[in-house]
Formats: sequence, C-alpha cells, structure tokens
Amino acid sequence: MKVGLFIPCYIDQFFPEVGIATLQLLEKQNCEVFFPEQQTCCGQPLANTGMEQDGKKIYNQLAQLFPKCDYVVVPSPSCVHHIREHYDIVEQTDEILHLRKNTYDIVEFLVDILKVEHLDARFPHRVGLHQSCHGLRGLQLAKPSELMKNIPSKWNKVLEMVEGIELAELNRPDECCGFGGTFAVAEEAISVKMGKDRLADHVANKVEVLTSGDMSCLMHLQGIARRQKSGLKIMHIANILNGDKL
Amino acid sequence: MSTHSEKAAVFIKDEARTDWHDGALWKVRQKRDDSASQLPEWELLRETASQIKDNVLSNLDNYLVQFEAEAKKNGVIVHWAEDAVAHNRIIGEILKKHNARKIVKSKSMLTEECKLNDFLESKNIEIIDTDLGERIIQMRKEAPSHIVLPAIHIKKEEVGELFHKELGTEKGNSDPTYLTKAARTHLRDKFFEADAAITGVNFGIAETGGVVICTNEGNADMGCHSAPVQIHCMGIEKLLPKAEHLGVFTRLLARSATGQPSTIYTSHYHRARQGSEMHIVIVDNGRSELLGKEDFRNSLKCIRCGACMNTCPIYRRSGGHSYHSTIPGPIGAILSPNLNLTEYSDLPFASTLCGSCSDVCPVKINIHDQLYKWRQEIYKNNELPKSKSIPLKITAKVLENPSTYNIVGKIARSSIRSLPRFMIYNGLNAWGKQRELPEAPNESFKEWYKMNRDV
Repeated sequence: MKVGLFIPCYIDQFFPEVGIATLQLLEKQNCEVFFPEQQTCCGQPLANTGMEQDGKKIYNQLAQLFPKCDYVVVPSPSCVHHIREHYDIVEQTDEILHLRKNTYDIVEFLVDILKVEHLDARFPHRVGLHQSCHGLRGLQLAKPSELMKNIPSKWNKVLEMVEGIELAELNRPDECCGFGGTFAVAEEAISVKMGKDRLADHVANKVEVLTSGDMSCLMHLQGIARRQKSGLKIMHIANILNGDKL
Repeated sequence: MSTHSEKAAVFIKDEARTDWHDGALWKVRQKRDDSASQLPEWELLRETASQIKDNVLSNLDNYLVQFEAEAKKNGVIVHWAEDAVAHNRIIGEILKKHNARKIVKSKSMLTEECKLNDFLESKNIEIIDTDLGERIIQMRKEAPSHIVLPAIHIKKEEVGELFHKELGTEKGNSDPTYLTKAARTHLRDKFFEADAAITGVNFGIAETGGVVICTNEGNADMGCHSAPVQIHCMGIEKLLPKAEHLGVFTRLLARSATGQPSTIYTSHYHRARQGSEMHIVIVDNGRSELLGKEDFRNSLKCIRCGACMNTCPIYRRSGGHSYHSTIPGPIGAILSPNLNLTEYSDLPFASTLCGSCSDVCPVKINIHDQLYKWRQEIYKNNELPKSKSIPLKITAKVLENPSTYNIVGKIARSSIRSLPRFMIYNGLNAWGKQRELPEAPNESFKEWYKMNRDV
C-alpha cells in the first residue's frame, strides 16, 4: 500500500516530532510511505479568513503531489477536513478528486483503513483528550455531545491500545479550545479565555498529559500553559501511539 | 462602532462575570442535552423538521397566499409589510384607527428587528414589554442579549436594584420570587389598561390561517384576552403547511431552548373575540432576498430557540451585546450580514467554526458552513480589513512556492530562537499577548526527512 504523507506547514516548521511519529507509525504498519518535499500547506488559513479564491493554486499544487498514492495521511483532522470539504471550489480534476477521496487523518487511517487492533506502545500517564472540533464534528471521529446518536470514538479506540494509559474524564468533553486559525489573533481575548478554560478543566481532572489529534489546538493550549508556567504536559496523539516517551 | 472582537475584549475584562455568564448558559445547554437524550427519536425529529422547513421555503409563495386566504375567512385582517418601515407604519395606522395609546407587547424578535418600540414611543404611544426578561431590559433601556433569555446578562441583584428604582420594591431585596411578584403586579395593571396587544408569532399554519404563540409566562395571552385589538407580527418564514406538522416543532422548540418538554403556554389564535379585532402583519424585511441566496437561504428555517447561543463557546464568553445586531450568536452572525454586509462584516469571524451550533440546531441549519461562506462573500465584496488580507496575500505567495516557504520558515524559526524577547513579545504580536510562541526547533520535518530517510 502506497501512502502519501502530508505534514501540514506548522507541524513541519514547529513540531517535526509529530511528523516523525506519524511517519514511524505508518512504517511500523508496513506502509510504503512517500513524502513529496514540494508540499507546503492545505490553504486553510486563507480560506478560513474568507480568501479561498487566493488559495486555489495551493489546492491544485498539493493535489498534484499525490496522484500515485493509494492514500494520503495527515496528522491533523483539521487539514483533512479542509481538503475533503472545501476543495470543491477548484476544477474537479482527477488529482483533486483523488486527493479529496483518499485523504485521511492518521487516527482515522489506523482505525478505518488499516483496521489496527494492537499497537506496540506504552504510556503510563493520566491523559486528557482534547477532541478537536474538526475531527469531532467535521470528520465524526467520535460522538459530539450535541448529537443523540451513537458514534464510536476512534481516538479512544487507539488510545485504549496503549499500555498503561489512563484516560481522564472531563467536565466538558468537547468544548472548543479557542484556536480557530486566524481567530486566535483576530479575537485574541476570547481565544485565550477559551484556552484557559480548557486547560482548567484538564487540570481540575488531574490530567498529566493533554493530547489531541490536532497540533494547532495544542500549539494554542501549550502557548497559554507555558505562559501560566503550568505543569501540564502537551503531546500529539501520534507521539503517544508511536510509543514516544514523555 | 466597535467590532465584536473589541466588545468581547471589554466583556471579558471582568473574568468572574464572564465565568458566571458562561456557566449560566452552559447549564441551559446541559438541560437541552438531558431533555433531548430522553427522546430516542430526537435525530429523526430534527431531520423531519428540517425537511418540513425545506418544503416551506421551496413553496413559500403558495403557502403565504393560502395562509392569507384562510386567515381572511376567519375574519382576520391581514397586512403585508415589505420592510421594517412598512411594518411600523401599518401598526401605527391600526393603533391610530383605534385611538390606542397604551400597548402591551409580548416577546417578538421581529418587532425588535423593526425597532417598533422606538417608533411608537416617538409618537407618544406607551409600549410595555410584558415578558419579564424583556421588561427588565426595557427598563434598563437596553436591547435583548439573547433571543429566548433576553436578560441573561443581568444578575438578580441588579434586577433588585432596578425594581427598587422603577417599581418601589424594598432596597436590597433580590429574592426572585419577591421580584417576580412585584413585576406581576406591575404588569397586571398594564394588561388591564391596554388599548391593544401586540405579539410575535412562533408558527403560522397555512392550512388554517391561524398563528401559534409559545410563552412560559402566558403574557401573550394576557394581552390578547383583555385588549380590544390584537396584532400579531410574523416574518414570512414562520409558516408551516399544516397543523399536523406543528407537533414536530413544539417538541423540538422548548427542549432546544430550555430543556422543557414544551413551553408552558402554546396558544393558537384563529379569530378575534366578539367585539374585538385581530390583525396579522406579514413581514419580509430582507427575507425574500435571503431566500434567493442558495448558500444562505436555509437560515430562514430558524425557529428562534436560541440553542446555538447556549452552546456557542464564543457567545457564552462575550455576551449577546458584543454582536451589535438584533439577533446575536451564531444564527445572528449568519442572518445579519444579509441585512447589511458592511455593518456586520465582523460577525462571521466571531467563531472558531467549531460546528457545535449546527449540531444543536433543531432544524439542522448548517450554521458553521454559512459562517465560512459569509467570510468568502465578505472578502469578495472588499469588506475584509486590509490588516487581514494583505498579510494573508503574502502568506499565499509563500505557500505557493515550496523553496520560499522553506527559507521563510527557517528564518522565522531562527528569529524566534535568537531575537530578544521584547522584539517578539510586543504590541504587534497579538498571539504573544497572553501566549508563548512554540519553541522553534533547529530542524523542520523536511530537513529531518532529508537527513534520515531521503538518502
């Protein structure tokens, strides 16, 4: 199985360890991983600010990198959601359709495509899961608390395969962290307040490590936690699943 | 006028009050969850309601004609208002004909939208809002901050002070039962004196020509049952095809709004009492224009339950007034730009696009998708501030070119690592006001890959 790896811009630049863990996770599952170095970004920052027309070239360039891959895997539900849902404004070429149809978040890929039942990972810590909104409501990786139907959690499924892990219950299991892309800067006061409230929920429930599928949420939460000099540790879910140490 | 972001920053300065506001609304959201989870058919109800409303919007012209004909058969006087000005003028004329000087009005977001109170007061007509929350904010000379809980931003102690000043209640007494009793006595007099009663409309039934009004206080009925003239103001989108469709909506409305199985009063008005007059004013005010916008038309499905406000993490932490529009919150942020794109171009950005609003919506309006689409419209119409668009245009150029991207990334990382703190954390860096930037690694993933795999 040939798997294209797309590492979103901010992970490439600021959190290479998340990219490395994703790559290693795929390699351990015997995927033939292809990483085209001409990649940059999915274009979401532009589109979420209303400038999707200016992102068309970026969309097409990304799609041209992966035509020969069976799947494209991304350690970010938010970028996957953007590619699937919002790449409808460019000409629907074979490359674009192929990318939209076959792009998966890493957790979604492990559960739905590779049907992984066992992971060689140990993480003896109390972990709080931040269910990022685009993963939760966009990709339906778990049941949003608003919906009255059963949607099994893919995040929990893989985390429960990790030896020694203890998952914390939160008071508000799926409240947004307040990152929201350019929202984080344009609505700075609310964005930070939302982040502070999320962190407080994890701290109140004795979380040692806060994890999520989306590093962008974590970048925001980590930024606040570090300013607060909080002892809360932050780690992307791919690192936990890959068996990385704290 | 200041933007949502600026108003929100002011609201949030009082962090304890922000937490109180957030907590109060979160409780309402939880009540909604408890109530919805007790109905195994909840998601089916939402889907059914959504489809009925789709049918209404697709056949609105016919339903409106049918509604008017049936209402007329019942002796109701029907008026058509193309905009807020016409709405107010029509009501002014009805009141003038009856020489009505004292009016009671139950909750109606439509009359808020049309600024009816200001219009009538300018003609020296007394108009009293009879919903308790509405009465409180009317005394405070404020706009509602929520469409179902208009005074949710006010604490009971503040109501105690207000009533002491306005109604002569004991100083320092903020017991809700005591204050409610005082309001009831005050309003009872207003009901007895009223020359006319005005209400909003929750649902109009095309098949019967009747209107349905849902309240918890019975105040709409108190007005209509005592005044010689009753006037119901209804947006064109409020119609349902048949009476049999109503149950779907009444089951959803109160559960979504407050978690109650139904509102205390669900009143059906079909014709005037003997010796009195019943009027229905059907209002467009931009709705038919919205109906013509494919991406945005289904915002007209809204039944004004307020669930999107209660669930919205931004609304809960910024208060309804931060939206500076008649309808606040997520639904207001998609309705208001249709009325005035320039004035409300900040509202679609008052969201992280978390999508919770769409998931609670009892009629399945894709609110967060529409927020995203309004953002695109705002840019297309040159309403996006240059402070946002210019940096992003530069970003686009960088992202279009992988080698530029690699170089810019490297420079950015090394700057974060090496520049003195004051050069990074200053007034120009909104991210860094209350947050640290990520620790910039020496090596990007691409650089690591080149060294470790690409050999």
